[in-house]
Amino acid sequence: MKLRIEVVAIDSLMLRLFDQIDEDNMPWLLAATERLRETFAGALLELVPSYTTVLLQYDLKQIDDRQARLLIQQALADLQPQASKAGREQQIPVWYQRSVGPELQAIGERTGLGDAGVIKLHSEHTYQVFALGFAPGYAFMGLVDQVLASPRLSTPRQQVPAGSLGIADRQTAIYPLQSPGGWNLIGRSPARLFDRELDGYSLLQPGDRVRFIPIDHAEFIKLGGDDTPFEAKS
Amino acid sequence: MSLLIERSGALANLQDMGRVGVRHLGVTQGGGADWIAQNWANWLLGNPLDAAVIEVTLGNLELLAEADTCLALCGADLGAQLDDQAISPGRSFKIRRGQRLRLQTPVAGVRAYIAAPGGFVAPQVLGSCSSVKRDQLGGLHGDGQPLQTNDRLQWRDTSRLPTPRELDPQLLPQRPTKIVLPVVLGAQIADFSGQSLFDAFNSSWKVDQRADRMGIRLLGPTLRCERQQMVSEGVPLGAIQVPSDGQPIVLLNDRQTIGGYPRLGALTPSAVAQLAQCLPGTELQLKPMALEAAQRLHKQLLAQWA
Repeated sequence: MKLRIEVVAIDSLMLRLFDQIDEDNMPWLLAATERLRETFAGALLELVPSYTTVLLQYDLKQIDDRQARLLIQQALADLQPQASKAGREQQIPVWYQRSVGPELQAIGERTGLGDAGVIKLHSEHTYQVFALGFAPGYAFMGLVDQVLASPRLSTPRQQVPAGSLGIADRQTAIYPLQSPGGWNLIGRSPARLFDRELDGYSLLQPGDRVRFIPIDHAEFIKLGGDDTPFEAKS
Repeated sequence: MSLLIERSGALANLQDMGRVGVRHLGVTQGGGADWIAQNWANWLLGNPLDAAVIEVTLGNLELLAEADTCLALCGADLGAQLDDQAISPGRSFKIRRGQRLRLQTPVAGVRAYIAAPGGFVAPQVLGSCSSVKRDQLGGLHGDGQPLQTNDRLQWRDTSRLPTPRELDPQLLPQRPTKIVLPVVLGAQIADFSGQSLFDAFNSSWKVDQRADRMGIRLLGPTLRCERQQMVSEGVPLGAIQVPSDGQPIVLLNDRQTIGGYPRLGALTPSAVAQLAQCLPGTELQLKPMALEAAQRLHKQLLAQWA
């Protein structure tokens, strides 16, 4: 890890820690964000980790660019990747099913794995949460096995139902809210990804390690899932 | 003690200073786009600057007062009328029960701000009542919906009746014939070609029709960046991103939290406020400003309300 600090706005610095997306980046990014939060305390407005970077917005009423850079150097001196506290282990139940995952069949056919093979390959990997963005609680996770990597739909859907599990290239994510979207959908989760009653609001946080647990229809319904078929929803 | 929205127009939203400390969760910043006009509206009534106001975009809004009070109007001139009497922005004024405030069509600017004593009442969602429809957060009912016809707005200080007053004309937004927006350079600016950098800061840019609270497109010479593929990263307010078509988009309060297009830097906060008042077709220029000078000027600006 070699740190570069760049100005990106009047009160914001970009901390570039890595050049490439890598699952091994996350313990470093998490350690950095934790140290920065402690060091900046009340002078910090936003800290947004994403894949290789941390965007830091400071409070101009309290500190200036020079002081912010000093605090960053201080916070990140002798930085060690966080192994233990680095994100939580999360298990997210998913009903992998064609009726709620309209691209499951096509990916199964293209790869020759069939539905069951796709489900097995997708659910046996532990994914890292690289960043949250696009929508509240929308966690970009990876890396999906190269075999399953699928380009975004050429025409995004107007409405993707909440809970939909998608793949785009080597990333995977669940739509927390009904929203437009162009990812390949392979199932649906009953989990509530973003809830303002939830501690921390978002079920998934940057650095979390996530396993998807295949569940059947009965379990999906029991957990409060909405099994309305995709066609009826779209 | 309420205002009844009899016509909600193109877009009217409750806004305060937006959501702070939640960007890492994918939550949009929100907040009034012309935060300077918004501050003055609250200041005129002696409100805290983070009190909730109505942001009216382009007008066609009609409010019926169901009680006597004093409101403030700042920002764009949208042809406001109190019954049949014209109300120019930059003032607070008494409104009596049964009177109607109408905002019609843009005379100058895009967004007007209406404040009421103590601020409008709305649920705090993640520390703010700013309405962001895409995130389904904020607004009168907490679900992100903009204000709608038949909504009733209440305000906090029902027993306080501020004295009507006007802003010093020097404090009213200047509407120069030539708009120059300062930019703090940075981000991927080194990856743009020399010609593109020359064009970016020496050409006239035209505000496109495609302009909303997420971002405003500028039309002009095509800017070329060597870097096409970029790992998504956090994007600050006012960021000038350049997608592959070479036409910049300035990102405003309702932008997504991370993005993957190369950027030239970011407008200063006061330039963001000024751009938010530019109608499509407006011509403007971008001008680099040294970080130190930008920070000094910004602090001077903030000191007005301290």
